[in-house]
Amino acid sequence: MCLKRDDRSLPKDVDARTRISPGFFKTAALVGPALAVVAILFGGGLGLGLVQSLGHLPAAGMQSMSLAHFANVLEDPDFLQSLVLTLYVSLTSTVIAVGLSIVMAVFLLSLSAKNRLVHFIFQIPLTVPHLVIAVAMVFMLTPTGLLSRVVVKLGLIDSSAAFPLLVNDRWGIGILLTYVWKEIPFITLMILSVLRRSGPELLEVGRTLKAGRWQRFRYITLPTIFPSLGAACLIVFAYTFGAFEVPFLLGRTYPMMLPVWAYKNYSDVDLLARPEGIATGLIIAGVVVVAIVCSQVLTQTARRRGMIL
Amino acid sequence: MKAFYRNMTAATMIAFVLLPFLVLIMWSFSTRWFYPQLYPAQWGLRAWQYVFGIAGSQIISGLIQSMLVALVTAMISVLIGVPAGRALGLYNFKGKDTISIILTLPVIVPPLCVAMGLHLWFLKLGLTETFGGVVLVHLTFCLPYSVFVMWGVFSNYNPDYEDQARSLGATSWKLITRVMLPLTLPGIMVAGLFSFLLSWSQYLSTLIIGGGRVTTLPILLFALMGSGDRPVAAAVSIVFVAPAFLALLFSAGYLGGRSITGVR
Repeated sequence: MCLKRDDRSLPKDVDARTRISPGFFKTAALVGPALAVVAILFGGGLGLGLVQSLGHLPAAGMQSMSLAHFANVLEDPDFLQSLVLTLYVSLTSTVIAVGLSIVMAVFLLSLSAKNRLVHFIFQIPLTVPHLVIAVAMVFMLTPTGLLSRVVVKLGLIDSSAAFPLLVNDRWGIGILLTYVWKEIPFITLMILSVLRRSGPELLEVGRTLKAGRWQRFRYITLPTIFPSLGAACLIVFAYTFGAFEVPFLLGRTYPMMLPVWAYKNYSDVDLLARPEGIATGLIIAGVVVVAIVCSQVLTQTARRRGMIL
Repeated sequence: MKAFYRNMTAATMIAFVLLPFLVLIMWSFSTRWFYPQLYPAQWGLRAWQYVFGIAGSQIISGLIQSMLVALVTAMISVLIGVPAGRALGLYNFKGKDTISIILTLPVIVPPLCVAMGLHLWFLKLGLTETFGGVVLVHLTFCLPYSVFVMWGVFSNYNPDYEDQARSLGATSWKLITRVMLPLTLPGIMVAGLFSFLLSWSQYLSTLIIGGGRVTTLPILLFALMGSGDRPVAAAVSIVFVAPAFLALLFSAGYLGGRSITGVR
């Protein structure tokens, strides 16, 4: 079965109500404040960060600008380890969360809309701060945590010493679980809203054309949810790559995840370490932005070549 | 049989969502709970008495501090976000794509780099360790969300009602309060809720700009986790979740759809 992708494009803004701008000044007055806040606070923050990471810190007697701090960070053997660990954690948690979210979305779609309790409970993780779940994970997964107690009661191990390390561990299990728990409802609800809007008609057509379960999923459901799935992936990846709280609480002290490492250097008593901390922060931002631009370019080319998905 | 599997899946899912809260509640009401007991040997209110009694002034001031920061951030971000969302949702103009990219950046770039960069500048402006400084740094990340939510709301909004009201002699003020606000209120609530929740759960940016002086709940919670008193940390965690949970209860109807893009 080979479907050629329909690449006729609709006009960018299909909303019939969108009208011509009421004039530059009126539009500027409406959008201006928001843009100004972002430009000054966000742009200013990044710009000043860059200046400091280039070594311009008059208070500490550093006047010249150079890439030395960036070079120091990049040449540090710990950096590569931290980068690999951070990439591993954020990619793994994104992939697991996306996989389970697709299953959950298809499942929730099959529930009747009446089943409001399930939907309500499913929304709870959206409002819970990451920090709280990380604390709960400590209580559940440490060698003296709840899981270990259950395993002892079942007679599988004799003492907490025999329980595998799930927090502050090599594989970041606690961090992964926290992110997966937190992000699944987010991705699921994003996909679910698309599926609800597209309605069951296409799937019914597929059924009348004798498409099997897998075929219906592969050629109808998946292409429908793909754009929002991609967006959700990027948001989750960007968040997990740059978040501090969860790896700080549940991660190992060596190697550290990049955000923790950045903050450790930034808050070092040695003022000279500070520009390196900021440089690491900017590298994190750079990796995230590059990853997002690349994935956008990749999907664009894939679309132009007519590949499905 | 199919129904059975369906119920089992739903039950498993609910259990996974609720388990962390169950653990926190059990810890917060335990006074003696040794390894490897499955449930506390002795239940009690020690942690809660500590939270609202001995350390009460600290915890409650943390709660108020968090609440004020999040409320003020949410209010400003809605106030600035509504007009921007209106322009982006209703009109076509040059540079709309660029504006959209500029507004997406703070959503993608982690708060830590921006907060680190802003610190020195805020230090010069005297904004570090102040309430205002923390609100400003939170605003950087909350504002784009409220603009995006309001963008969605206004692209489904029919401004013809305003023309009709105007032809009936309504003033600009009345157009806003009697036509626009009532029609977009659910969207405004969602935008405000997102900003509130995002600000509510910020830790590192608060720590960097607030310098430990603006003690919101996450700052207190981190300090408590360091001290190792599990029942108290559990109780504070519950206090930390409660307002967000209440907000969800009141707004369950509004959430969902494309608007959820905002909550991580």
